[in-house]
Amino acid sequence: MMKWAPALFGLLALGLWEAAVRIAEVPVYQLPGPIAIIGAFVADPLGLLQALASTLFVTFAALLVAAVLGAAMAAGMSASRLAQAAIQPWAVALQVTPLPAIAPLIIIWVGEPLVALIVCATIVAFFPLFANTATGLASAPLELNDLFRLYGANRWKTMALLRVPAALPYFLSGLRISGGLALVGAVVAELVAGSGGFASGLAYRILESSFRLEMPRMFAALVLLALAGILINFGLGALGQAILKRRGAA
Amino acid sequence: MLTVNNVGRRFPGGVEALRDASLRLTESDFVALLGPSGCGKSTLLRLIAGLDQPDSGRLAWDDGPPEPGGIGYVFQDATLLPWATAEDNVFLPLRLRGLSRDAAMPRVHAALHGVGLAGFEKSRPRQLSGGMRMRVSIARALVTKPRLLLMDEPFAALDEFTRHKLQADLLEVWHQAGCTVVFVTHSIYEAAFLARRIVLMTPRPGRIDREIASSLTSGPETRLAPAYAALVAEITRGMGEALR
Repeated sequence: MMKWAPALFGLLALGLWEAAVRIAEVPVYQLPGPIAIIGAFVADPLGLLQALASTLFVTFAALLVAAVLGAAMAAGMSASRLAQAAIQPWAVALQVTPLPAIAPLIIIWVGEPLVALIVCATIVAFFPLFANTATGLASAPLELNDLFRLYGANRWKTMALLRVPAALPYFLSGLRISGGLALVGAVVAELVAGSGGFASGLAYRILESSFRLEMPRMFAALVLLALAGILINFGLGALGQAILKRRGAA
Repeated sequence: MLTVNNVGRRFPGGVEALRDASLRLTESDFVALLGPSGCGKSTLLRLIAGLDQPDSGRLAWDDGPPEPGGIGYVFQDATLLPWATAEDNVFLPLRLRGLSRDAAMPRVHAALHGVGLAGFEKSRPRQLSGGMRMRVSIARALVTKPRLLLMDEPFAALDEFTRHKLQADLLEVWHQAGCTVVFVTHSIYEAAFLARRIVLMTPRPGRIDREIASSLTSGPETRLAPAYAALVAEITRGMGEALR
């Protein structure tokens, strides 16, 4: 029973939602019921799924860039205090700058819309990966660092055999957080780019549907986005667990 | 082997952890540094290991400072790599010295066997008890065949039964390895059971007060022997006088 509880609760909520909009005769342009939303998806599944694929491409490309950049910059920062002093304030500045405020600039500067979207989503996804990896790289106990010194380990060996393995759980946790943020970043960037005429991604479909008052289609796109976010979160969580389990430290 | 000459260490902030500590270590010695918390035992151990530098005085090695691997160190916690097997944890010092896995494994397995962990080579730290993790830590310290083994309250976190067993096993390992051991402890009973020389230290600032020699040959019945009780009484009296 426990296993089916979320699905049963979801079905019950959808049923109540459908009943409420029908009984109250809520106009479809204000709040469509679940059946109208499913109907909108069935009417154009290819268009919505292509848009989803475009958004997911931006999301995963940004996540990959953020993972490489975040890990590399955290490693650089942990290796040198000078690098730490130089990098950290900029990383924080990047984190606290609202993306909608800088996305138009980025889109103008970068020129190529798809690359601009990836840059925007990367900015949003970057910080948790960077901060988590930096924390993880510094997480090895002092005694183990002493032990490596005692045995004459150089900086690279200490990094490879102690700091990087110690940072792995932190990095994977950051990856999970950044997965969701990359999707948010991709959507925000698509909304900004979409209003400038770049027609791609689910966010653009949402924008387009809202202009045309096609609320069921807009909700269908929203549902797809929510499902994508849930799948990314669970997928990256499962990936992290599998990696740590394989390493024997889960 | 090593002469510690009037060594002092003051930490940033002005805390004087150690003042004018002098000590002579000889081959195959077993020295206990005994004293309450804050008397500079661990500081002295870190200075001997070269993990910290004295502000005054000097350490003079008879044959020059040891090569990496010439000193083994066992911490209060086992401080193992949690993601590595017991075998890989013991392999670590040899790996850091550039030995290949194939070349190192016979030594690794011998070290694990020496501390009674044959059959646990592939176990990870979380699959081992606290006592077994400490045994892995001791095997890791011994695998490089160090001339000097430094142990910083290694059994303090263990239950009394495990501690007694490990103390007896450590003496066995010491007899076989033939290295010099410097063992930090705040237990009078532990120092009396293990050490040939018991160095009493006092706090604020940390300094060496006196040294008590032991002629006990520790074995299974030692803890019940009158000579052990007499030694404990002598150390207790000495510690009381030192702290007065």
